[in-house]
Amino acid sequence: MKVFKLIFKNTLRHKLRTFLTILGIAIAVVAFGLLRTVVTAWHAGVEASSANRLITRQAVSFIFPLPLAYKNKIENVPGISTVTYAIWFSGVYIDKNQFFARLAVDANTIFDVYPEFVLSKKEKENFIKERNACVIGSDIAKQYNLKVGDQMTLEGDIYPGRWDFVIRGIYKPRDKTTDGTQMLFHWDYINERMKEESPGRANRVGWYIEKIDDPNQSGEISAKIDALFKNSTAETKTESERAFQQGFLASTSAIITAMNIISFVIIGIIMLVLGNTMIMSARERTREYAVMKTLGFSGRHLTGLIMGESLVISAIGGALGLFLTFPIVQGFSEVIPKGFFPIFQLEPITVILACSAAILIGVLSSIFPIQRALNTRIVDGFRFVG
Amino acid sequence: MSSIISVKDVSKTYSRDSFSIPVLNNLSLEVDEGDFLALMGPSGSGKTTLLNLIAGIDKPTSGTITVGGTDISKLNESALAKWRAQSIGFVFQFYNLIPVLTAFENVELPLLLAPLSKSERREHVETALTVVGLDDRMDHYPKQLSGGQEQRVAIARAIVTDPLLLVADEPTGDLDKNSADEILTLLDRLNKEFKKTIIIVTHDPHAAEKARITRTLDKGYLV
Repeated sequence: MKVFKLIFKNTLRHKLRTFLTILGIAIAVVAFGLLRTVVTAWHAGVEASSANRLITRQAVSFIFPLPLAYKNKIENVPGISTVTYAIWFSGVYIDKNQFFARLAVDANTIFDVYPEFVLSKKEKENFIKERNACVIGSDIAKQYNLKVGDQMTLEGDIYPGRWDFVIRGIYKPRDKTTDGTQMLFHWDYINERMKEESPGRANRVGWYIEKIDDPNQSGEISAKIDALFKNSTAETKTESERAFQQGFLASTSAIITAMNIISFVIIGIIMLVLGNTMIMSARERTREYAVMKTLGFSGRHLTGLIMGESLVISAIGGALGLFLTFPIVQGFSEVIPKGFFPIFQLEPITVILACSAAILIGVLSSIFPIQRALNTRIVDGFRFVG
Repeated sequence: MSSIISVKDVSKTYSRDSFSIPVLNNLSLEVDEGDFLALMGPSGSGKTTLLNLIAGIDKPTSGTITVGGTDISKLNESALAKWRAQSIGFVFQFYNLIPVLTAFENVELPLLLAPLSKSERREHVETALTVVGLDDRMDHYPKQLSGGQEQRVAIARAIVTDPLLLVADEPTGDLDKNSADEILTLLDRLNKEFKKTIIIVTHDPHAAEKARITRTLDKGYLV
């Protein structure tokens, strides 16, 4: 008989209690994994941001547009290789519940600045030459069963009216963090109609995106761009794409912080549950520990037995939780609209955190029972009535 | 015969809340190698305390206890644990077997601390269980054994390391008469046949009759 065998036999003494504790840990790990995945998904835009891209927006707020005329001036700033622009179109596809990003972009330059949207040369050419062409991400194509040549009709809200598009390309995300749920179409197509129907809104873009040669110069280049439009009617604020994305998230930071806290509170609660289980087990075995001490087992042996049992329970619970988390996260990603969380997947860091949390729970939960077992004198242990 | 246990001027006082309770008072005792000593006396007389001190599971407030040439009153907890593993076999009133382990595994438990191979451990355990007459119950769990059989497993566990001294606290206190007789006969056999030095604590005069020497304690003094 080995000590490991005794640990396993001890673990199975109260099968129902052990099972419920393992189940509790598994559910906590699933909840932890799911919450962390949501938080990670929320930050996906930040993670996907490129160091060599700057974003220029209206200084007052992102929702105010900028004149198209700024493009030429920005292009002349040293260190910038390409300038492109986009505007948030919004609109409704099928119904209001179908959410994904719909952006009017500069068709000629957008894919030079966003090489992570992988599109074939032919698709790119077809997209550029046809005014009402659009390109969609592969996730959107899969979700709505769309293919090249299909029609997509949007009902405009910011830009009222019916907008018909023809799919001329389906881009593939280059990286795991690349958003595969965007719909991109010609800014010119929108602008032409604005000129006719609402001339005051024509020649306006939402934001500029600059591709720069050296990310180390982003601060200097940003300052130069903003200096160009100082004291104009539309002053600009230029920042790295990462800072831009983070600013975008700032409005929801309280929710993210709450989710982060809740995910760790769950771990704390389950630690107490396992701690309680271990305390009960150790209390019930007070006499046995006294017997083992009498036989010559040292504090190190008892520590190994109690911590081993705690770790076995937490490891099985953690493993079961992780095993369940993968299909549950996958299920969630299938159910929730792609546009809300374009990247919704279990990240390695979440798996590492969950595993670490399970081990930590196992170790911490055993501290008090170990302390009690070690501090109880043998003669007191024999007198103990559980 | 040479003295294997020497208890000199030992006192033991327990503290409970703000009270000091003297249990043993300047007690001295010598036990020779191969003796079978029964400690008798009324409840609270200090029998079990004396046994615990000799077995090294408690420490005297003052005085010295030498067992097999080792002054155990000077050993720290860790050294005392090692000494107990090598030198003492303990039999309890309520057997105190580990319920999730078989008879074999319970007897094997103290051997896990010894540098023995698996086959050596098996040999020792089988020998010990054969001595107590339970070689056909090796795979039985404590709940599948009678009280007498459980106590015999506990005795096998106590002798499996071939200890210097076997101590038993009320070994027949939880058994019926027949089972008690079996246990006493076994202890007697261990003393006579295997030359084990044995100290038992008992209330039972019948049990004390099996011992070669009987000493009585009263209020912490040997009388």
